[in-house]
Amino acid sequence: MIDVTTLTLKEVSTLLSKKQIKAQELNGSFLDRAHKLNKKLNSFIAITDDVAIKQAKKVDELIADNQKLNPLAGIPIAFKDLFSTKGIRTTAGSKVLENYVPVYDATSVTRLKDVSAVIIGKTNLDAWGHGSSGENSDFGPTLNPYDLTRVPGGSSSGSAVAVASGACLAATGTDTGGSIRLPAAFCNLIGLKPTYGRVSRYGIIAMASSLDSIGHLTKTVYDNALVLNVTAGVDEFDSTTSTQKFEDYTKDIEKGVQGLRIGLPKEYFEKLDPKIKDSVISAVKTLAKLGATVIDDSLPHTEYGVSTYYIIQPSEVSSNLARYDSIRFGFGREKFGPEAKRRIILGTYTLSAGYYDAYYLKAMKVRRLIRQDFEKVFKKVDVLILPTSPTLPFNLGEKVDDPLTMYLSDIFTVPINLAGVPSLNVPCGFINNLPIGMQIVGPDFSEKLLYQVGYAYEQETKWYQNKPKL
Amino acid sequence: MSKIKNQKSKVGEVSIDYVARLANLPLTSAEKKTFAKQLGDVLGYFSKLSEVDTAKVEPTGHITGLTNVVRGDQTAPSITQQEALSNAPRTYNVFFEVEAIFEEQS
Amino acid sequence: MNYKPVIGLEVHIELSTQSKMFCRCSADYFGAKPNTHTCPVCLGLPGAMPKANKLAIEFVQKLGFALKCQPQLSSKFDRKSYFYPDLPKGFQISQFDLPFSQKGHLEIRTGDQIKKIGITRTHLEEDTGKLSHATINGKRVTLIDFNRSGVPLMEVVSEPEMQSATEAKAYSQKLQQIVRYLGISDADMEKGSMRIEPNVSLRKSGDKKLPNYKIELKNINSFRFAERAINYEIERQIQILESGKIPHQETRGWDEKNNRTVSQRSKELSYDYRYFPEPDLPSFNFDQEYFTKLQSQIPELPDQKVKRLLRNYQISEGEAILICQDKNLADFFEETVKVYKGSPKKIVNWITGELLRRLNETNQSIRDINLLPAQLAELLFMTDQNKITNATAKDVFEKMIQNGKSASELISELDLTLISQKELEKTTETVIKNNQKAVADFKNGKKESLDFLIGQTQRLTKGKANPALVRQLLLDKLES
Repeated sequence: MIDVTTLTLKEVSTLLSKKQIKAQELNGSFLDRAHKLNKKLNSFIAITDDVAIKQAKKVDELIADNQKLNPLAGIPIAFKDLFSTKGIRTTAGSKVLENYVPVYDATSVTRLKDVSAVIIGKTNLDAWGHGSSGENSDFGPTLNPYDLTRVPGGSSSGSAVAVASGACLAATGTDTGGSIRLPAAFCNLIGLKPTYGRVSRYGIIAMASSLDSIGHLTKTVYDNALVLNVTAGVDEFDSTTSTQKFEDYTKDIEKGVQGLRIGLPKEYFEKLDPKIKDSVISAVKTLAKLGATVIDDSLPHTEYGVSTYYIIQPSEVSSNLARYDSIRFGFGREKFGPEAKRRIILGTYTLSAGYYDAYYLKAMKVRRLIRQDFEKVFKKVDVLILPTSPTLPFNLGEKVDDPLTMYLSDIFTVPINLAGVPSLNVPCGFINNLPIGMQIVGPDFSEKLLYQVGYAYEQETKWYQNKPKL
Repeated sequence: MSKIKNQKSKVGEVSIDYVARLANLPLTSAEKKTFAKQLGDVLGYFSKLSEVDTAKVEPTGHITGLTNVVRGDQTAPSITQQEALSNAPRTYNVFFEVEAIFEEQS
Repeated sequence: MNYKPVIGLEVHIELSTQSKMFCRCSADYFGAKPNTHTCPVCLGLPGAMPKANKLAIEFVQKLGFALKCQPQLSSKFDRKSYFYPDLPKGFQISQFDLPFSQKGHLEIRTGDQIKKIGITRTHLEEDTGKLSHATINGKRVTLIDFNRSGVPLMEVVSEPEMQSATEAKAYSQKLQQIVRYLGISDADMEKGSMRIEPNVSLRKSGDKKLPNYKIELKNINSFRFAERAINYEIERQIQILESGKIPHQETRGWDEKNNRTVSQRSKELSYDYRYFPEPDLPSFNFDQEYFTKLQSQIPELPDQKVKRLLRNYQISEGEAILICQDKNLADFFEETVKVYKGSPKKIVNWITGELLRRLNETNQSIRDINLLPAQLAELLFMTDQNKITNATAKDVFEKMIQNGKSASELISELDLTLISQKELEKTTETVIKNNQKAVADFKNGKKESLDFLIGQTQRLTKGKANPALVRQLLLDKLES
């Protein structure tokens, strides 16, 4: 009897459609595994057994009725606890919302429910999305399944660990400064940060409105494309979503990289662990062998990414967290954790009279220059490849006391958020049994291309088969 | 440029109190001390930005380039009164309830 | 007086759109059960996002044109941050530096002079929830209803160019009139869909510079109170200035009961609203084609209408102004003229006389009553034909308004038709024949005998004779 929790989404979906397994049975296995591992890993804030069983039952009825279903029907999916789920507690990882139950679903949730995906639970996260390690949750840290003494990366820590540990087949996340890509890299997963505006933000607890990008984590590239097919597209409730049309992201995914021009911006290969640098370069060489051309390049304003980001983001955070006044919902503002408080204070300061020009306005100007760097470079190359993290997954507690050091772990991810372009984290190896990831970055709305490149590399190396020993 | 250089000392002094009030955030005196130092460090790091010449640069508007996103003036059902009140810590009848706000003073 | 008042007005006007500014909840909250017109967006729930109401934007731009503002090609929304229980998000989506309309003016009449008052800007924002106060189990609490939260609100800011309470009142009334003409709001101060906040300060006569302080007045819900509050404030400030001090810059509320302004302790000096562009709403660009189309949708405005009525009809300026106060009344007038085909002067007299009197008595407008232009025309036509007397016509008119029936219906129902001239002739002959003594008395110089004969005629005709005609016919016969 196969252990379904070791399969990919695509494989499970095939089993379901071939009626080789029932959705209830399938989800039962995943629920069991989620419960079994949660004490150790703490990846779930809530495991929604009742909801999941009901949904799975419905899928079985539809399958028995020979209804034509989306590949995600019956598939157990976890939602980062920033996603509003109607009737299901949504905490943002914070004591402030410990008892908050939304009366509506986020658009992404609706779209996944509409294709009969099964909600397995709400995943743990750095509270409000504030963090790069998974240690900032008011409900305890999440642990890296590859090494329980290390961080899984954040802020979509629980989502990453839920997928990596086989408790679900896909998990949603948000990426404002690397919050999908970093945990994907630390947990050996495919993590997509789509183009800003590709996926609706409506109903997802906002962190920084001009930077939040809604994505997801899966084991494989194909799995990832299946989910984007459902969540992508304009939303009447979100004024910042794009009307740009898209095709089935799985179509032509095996295209390969013949003739592909890959850029390597030098600024991303300077200040990082040399072993990581070697892994990424090695991955690029693999792609070159498969037919790609590699071109050295430059994104000259890279060094200003972190400061630009850490002015814009907290400014918008301080504004987005103003609604938590315990009048219509939630507990009082004194329940905000230290990181949230820090960012609120910083953001209030940078927006205040006398400082707005020097900080927020200045940062918005530098942001334009950062974006222009990417626009220029994509005239010469098709994609960029960069490391995702300057370091290996670090030890729990290592960076917690020094916010600035923690912020600097975002140096390779934040410029992408500032530019708004899409980036796909793809595992590219292991060092000391710890996963490493690389980013494949493309111009606006080039997710299809990113998948093709990622798929080609993935099929050549199959790092996803390297599972954590749990 | 001098504004950014000065902020390091400012944040350590009066500002934290004022900013915390503006932000409606209750802070203990221990927190105020810690944040003042940490913010000073972070803002000091931001002084890098003053190196960048942005004299002729427009601030980023919306990164999407979208404009004129509007909807027609049609109504849709609201949530129920019960739903609206469902998460409130304090309600009275069909209202949200808070501590009395006093506006006038004779 | 050594001091000249410097008065500016900030007027908030709720737009009469169907849905709210940033969500699809109904904007018609007046009288609705509390917290029944809300949704994640206007309740400020986690994750909610705004979507701008196109009609509200068109409304504010139309007002901009009516106020002779320069068309703004680029505009955006900004977040204005402050904490208050009626503000769910902890910020209000408003406009800071690129409002939809800027730099216009409004003409007001003071006496027989026309004065231009500058308009600094007109912008769009969302309204807040409503607070009410109660004592529950002996404890004072504040209650919140968010039905009003998110309703589209227009803010019109004038230059500080008014110099008296009278001017401020004239400005407010003119603005209200224009807004109602455009059909963008009912601008009702009692209902709260129009709110006035005067800024009052004083400078020495001859001083060109603006004073270095200003007092903001709130809690004014009628034009009358606005006048009183401003006048009170002017006096209060004179006292302070004459004692050598400068009035403390603050917000003061109008205390209706005690007829004075009082300090409101909750407002800070110059609060830091930390404006920044609303990241959830892309900005706006408009072109000339768009503006031309919008302008073509603007109806004839009050000043234009008055001028046109003076040109087209023989009525006085005072009458034209009176009729045009309410666009519906002016339309009613013109419709009646079309049907009546007689002298517009007669219609004007009826409208400015009988009609306005009744409307003012019952505090209604022409829209509230059952009267059609054709019905008034018919009534007047019947008086022209001497089918009824003027006095009867007034009674009939009252009944027409009450039960919506036409004049002819009522007249036949109540049997009020005057008898014809032929019949009347016969009747007068009968009266003369039967009252020879009175006739003789009259011929001998006793004038009152005529009245007696008129009375006899009225009795016989049961009051259905035109008195003037009766007198005329009798005289003719008596003197022949």
